[in-house]
Amino acid sequence: MADRITLQVARYRPEEESAPTFQEYEVPCHKDWVVLDALNHVKDRIDGTLSFRWSCRMGVCGSCGMSVNGEPKLTCATFLTDYAPGPVRVEPLRNFPVIRDLIVDLGDFMRKLVSVKPWLVRKEEKPLAEGEYRQTPDELEAFKPFSMCINCMLCYAACPIYGLDPKFVGPAALALAQRYNLDSRDQGSKERMEALSTHEGVWGCTFVGECTTVCPKNVDPAGAIQRYKLDAALDWVKNVVMPWGGR
Amino acid sequence: MSEMATPHHARWYREPTSTYWWLGRWSYFVFILREVSSVFVAWTVVFLLKLVNSVAHGDGWYQAFLRWSAQPWVVILNIVTLFFVVFHAVTWFNLAPKAMVVTMGGRRVPGALIAGSNYAAWAVISALIAWGLLGG
Repeated sequence: MADRITLQVARYRPEEESAPTFQEYEVPCHKDWVVLDALNHVKDRIDGTLSFRWSCRMGVCGSCGMSVNGEPKLTCATFLTDYAPGPVRVEPLRNFPVIRDLIVDLGDFMRKLVSVKPWLVRKEEKPLAEGEYRQTPDELEAFKPFSMCINCMLCYAACPIYGLDPKFVGPAALALAQRYNLDSRDQGSKERMEALSTHEGVWGCTFVGECTTVCPKNVDPAGAIQRYKLDAALDWVKNVVMPWGGR
Repeated sequence: MSEMATPHHARWYREPTSTYWWLGRWSYFVFILREVSSVFVAWTVVFLLKLVNSVAHGDGWYQAFLRWSAQPWVVILNIVTLFFVVFHAVTWFNLAPKAMVVTMGGRRVPGALIAGSNYAAWAVISALIAWGLLGG
């Protein structure tokens, strides 16, 4: 195996250029190095001007999502040797505006996330004296897979619908809405349904399925959205068949 | 687009989406094929309505319909339609386990069983229709 590998890194310096260019860096190709290690090597030893986000280096924080050879990846979990002999093309996540080099603007997602109310909604909180809201293991298991989302945005980068229609709420926000809908302590599913059973919400999804494929935490946003569609359709039928039934 | 970015950040770069984005990845291509299949599903409905209409108008109309259906372009169109309608049905059945979470005895029914029961129902209903049509 070659002991060095070439990185082709997208550079975008808004004060100097109007569109991204590529810059090549030759870095060591150690078998235990991930793409993020190589980028840090560039930053520390070769070119201190390269900008990218990272934090935990262990697939928990969701900061280091980038496009590696065209695929959305967590660069802390993507080994260089899998791309030997190279080159390895590193670009910012697709479908997001690029601020600088490999850093994208996540403001759109942050606003959409708030719109789905990703917190426990209670009509009335029970008094503290009555103790905590208890759950069975099955009730926990119902929402736990969706709670594993780390907001890494790989699903948005893989979703062509989000690329074509930026108003689409998108996979992670919809999966997180479902995480709270399925929580036995939550009472906010009706409120969320009104916000999400819309063209920009679940009905915008045409089930490409790539969000689930690229998810590093096996969250299955595509499944969450399809379940949401079924719930929304059943809700609509109930309202038509039993308009007096109360929502 | 101004809604997309954080306010006051004006100099970001946004890559334009290519017209041919759906050729960039196999799963995108399959997705577009599935979307296109809806056109052929619609054609199946039109073809069946024409058949029912001709049967309702008597033998003359029905024979004319058969002659029209035997034209090479109609036969080719129907062969292509068959491919797309089967593709549409298969992708629809494969979607079922994603949308339906069925639990039995406190355990989630495996997706393969949900999809499998859809395929089984498809086979049984098709067999019943074939039996009825062939005068069984």
